[in-house]
Amino acid sequence: MGNRQEILLTGAGGQGLILASIVLAEAAVNDNKNVVQTQSYGPEARGGASMAGVIIDVDTIEYPKVANPTVLLCMNQASFNKFLPKVKPGCVVIVDSTFVTGPFQEEYKIQTYPITQTAKDELGREVVANMMALGVVNAATELVDRDIFRESIHKMAPKGSGELNQKAFDVGYRLYEHGSGQNFGFSAQTTE
Amino acid sequence: MPETKPVLMQGNVACAEGAINAGVRFYAGYPITPSTEVAERMAARLPDLGGVFIQMEDEIASMAAVIGASIGGMRTLTATSGPGFSLKQENLGYAIMAEIPCVVVNVQRMGPSTGAPTAPAQGDVMQARWGTHGDHPIIAFSPASVYEAYYLTVAAVNLSQKIRQPIVMLLDEVIGHMREKVLIPETGRLMVEKSSDKVPADWKPYDDKGVTPLVPFGFGHYYHVTGLFHDQYGFPTTDPPQVARSLDRIHEKLDKYRDEIVLTNYIGHKEPRVAIVTYGCTVRSARAVVKKAYWQNRKEVGLLSLQTIWPFPEQEIKALAKQADVILVPEMNMGQIVGEIERHVRGEAEVVPVNRYDGEMITPDEISEAVGRWLS
Repeated sequence: MGNRQEILLTGAGGQGLILASIVLAEAAVNDNKNVVQTQSYGPEARGGASMAGVIIDVDTIEYPKVANPTVLLCMNQASFNKFLPKVKPGCVVIVDSTFVTGPFQEEYKIQTYPITQTAKDELGREVVANMMALGVVNAATELVDRDIFRESIHKMAPKGSGELNQKAFDVGYRLYEHGSGQNFGFSAQTTE
Repeated sequence: MPETKPVLMQGNVACAEGAINAGVRFYAGYPITPSTEVAERMAARLPDLGGVFIQMEDEIASMAAVIGASIGGMRTLTATSGPGFSLKQENLGYAIMAEIPCVVVNVQRMGPSTGAPTAPAQGDVMQARWGTHGDHPIIAFSPASVYEAYYLTVAAVNLSQKIRQPIVMLLDEVIGHMREKVLIPETGRLMVEKSSDKVPADWKPYDDKGVTPLVPFGFGHYYHVTGLFHDQYGFPTTDPPQVARSLDRIHEKLDKYRDEIVLTNYIGHKEPRVAIVTYGCTVRSARAVVKKAYWQNRKEVGLLSLQTIWPFPEQEIKALAKQADVILVPEMNMGQIVGEIERHVRGEAEVVPVNRYDGEMITPDEISEAVGRWLS
């Protein structure tokens, strides 16, 4: 069971997190892993809190819901407040500092990156923040082979937007390599 | 074997793809969460295959359209959820009585009434059995994975055609909406039992001797189709021996083909003290428990998962009751199949329900706790 990775992607409805979870799951399948993807449907998917889970394992996956997240992505403050208390301190927590201002308690492994802001400033398209977030998550966790992930993104993107989405994914890697808490001078982040 | 390749697929989509690969070319339905993806996929795929997709005005009409298309020689599918399944019941009964094949997918959500559209539940088990009136036979399959959703739909379409019996695919929101890695064959190779093949010279639409193949309208045989009790040629009758014979006949089909209809799967200890019996998404939680308790710790635990819930796998349950002291029955309802199990176990083992009806899946921990209580 040591190989089991449970990834929870959370944020607001409309940030593309369910799509991101499907892309992540597709990439994992292409990387020959077992995978199950679930999401919360319902009124909250239209503006409120949105949540999608992906489980990746070399073993067969029985219980399909995320119970003990090993990776948590929070794309807005509400989801950060809601889901952080539900994870164990060992969980990798990745936060979009464009929208999440803390508090970043020390007992958690929290990494902050200005994901949406960077998508807007560098690529001019806020909508690719989800693929950028996947770039950060995959850089931090190495869930899926990077090249396979990039190919999967290209395959699943709407016609003509494959390269933009791949670029967003690569910028996510760069954000990670720059390190957590780098503000690029425009983050709404208050602590650190 | 046809070539296979791993793909990421959703349960509802697997139902649609399974149906298409088994030859379904007609879909009529009215979209409803959490079954809508079945309709979406059929709408996207059928026109290119020369098939027909109709969004009808409601579920009653959808069921009627499906029956009409079937008698016209097409393989048919419709999909819905609780409230829509209620509306389909009358015509479902008609299809059973008139022996018209069709597959009805019900992706269960929480009820009663409109309930909780996006929350999973297993509350339609008894509705699937007794939702339409009268002493009717019914077949209901309950997949526990995307792969099972695929191959049970393939089986349902073929079996339905073969024995001229409507079949219900009882999914739940978890299986319908989740995506997972599956290995499935390439398209177009899973159709068996062509409807108008093997028609004997003395063919009768409702032959006393047993199941006769369905000859669609327009293929040279004239006969009458009705929901009234009918004779061998389909004409209404109230003659008591013929009425009783007619009812016996539609039930005997299921007995005769029992081996093809009743599908179950056992994993775990050979002589379990505690056995879990469940179906649908709850199987997933139970498998996690058995994997840990038996494969890791050699505990005397086993799991009988029911791919077929109707007709009820009574032989399998009776055999299990001879070995196990306790049969745990986790269900996402207030206890439906558990009554059926008690009826067949007849006190040979303790039957213990494990229920949850708050719109969440039963977790492995909940089952594990119940198992632990009976093992110690």
